[in-house]
Amino acid sequence: MSGAENNIHLHEMFHIAGGNFTNAGSISSQVKKILKEAGFSSRVIRRTSIATFEAEMNVICYASRGNLSLFITPDFLKIVVEDEGIGIPDVDLAMQEGYSTASERIHELGFGAGMGLSNIKNNTDGMILTSKFGQGTHLEFLISLEGEDKSVPLLNAGG
Amino acid sequence: MKLREIRDLLDAELITGDANLDKEIKYVNAADLISDVLAYSTGPGALLITGIIHPQVIYAANTMDLGAILFVRGKRPNEATLQLAIENQVPLLTTRYIMFETCGRLYQLGMRACIEKVKNVRG
Repeated sequence: MSGAENNIHLHEMFHIAGGNFTNAGSISSQVKKILKEAGFSSRVIRRTSIATFEAEMNVICYASRGNLSLFITPDFLKIVVEDEGIGIPDVDLAMQEGYSTASERIHELGFGAGMGLSNIKNNTDGMILTSKFGQGTHLEFLISLEGEDKSVPLLNAGG
Repeated sequence: MKLREIRDLLDAELITGDANLDKEIKYVNAADLISDVLAYSTGPGALLITGIIHPQVIYAANTMDLGAILFVRGKRPNEATLQLAIENQVPLLTTRYIMFETCGRLYQLGMRACIEKVKNVRG
């Protein structure tokens, strides 16, 4: 009932352990599964899971811990990722394609190309990134549901 | 090109049991960085040619709805990665050809890239 105030039809939260590369990617797989079961179009599912994958990797590579929340509303999907960790000293610089502070270990695993944040930007319809150096990072992004089939049952739940 | 033809052309081995080898593959991406896999493996059902054998490549394949992954340079993932691929129904193949040869042989037979060129020069 309280969710109806904000028109949030689903809210799921996932915990991400920093440095745990073994399961890296598993949360975006879970998000994808939820969206697929809910009946969203493959375009929305793909864009959301690419952005979620990159966001999840950022927490694993750079933070000590974090939480990723998925909100489903009638008009958009929203993902919020909050982490505790080293943070980003210069957000503008970090947004540039190819810029990376990744360690050699991260590179060896096939990450740290400096493409993560721009991949998120390119696959979403709005993105906010704020960070306190030495404390952590807050990332939010939206995927618009404009043009989506509104008969998706989840969007009508509790109508 | 069918997955079976790709396997035969590259003398590759299917390592995920009973995949559908009649699956049609139209586009290919070759990358050794996960972000590049996510950025350039567009078009569902693409083939990824890579040397990455960590489980993340399977999650990335799932994210991008890849048709199959072909490991080059004789690389073989461990059992956990293999199981993850089977669970996610991502066919895995491995070839002893290096990446350049693998791409060249496929190109020669008409296979094309998911994306030919990026928009901007990257640092």
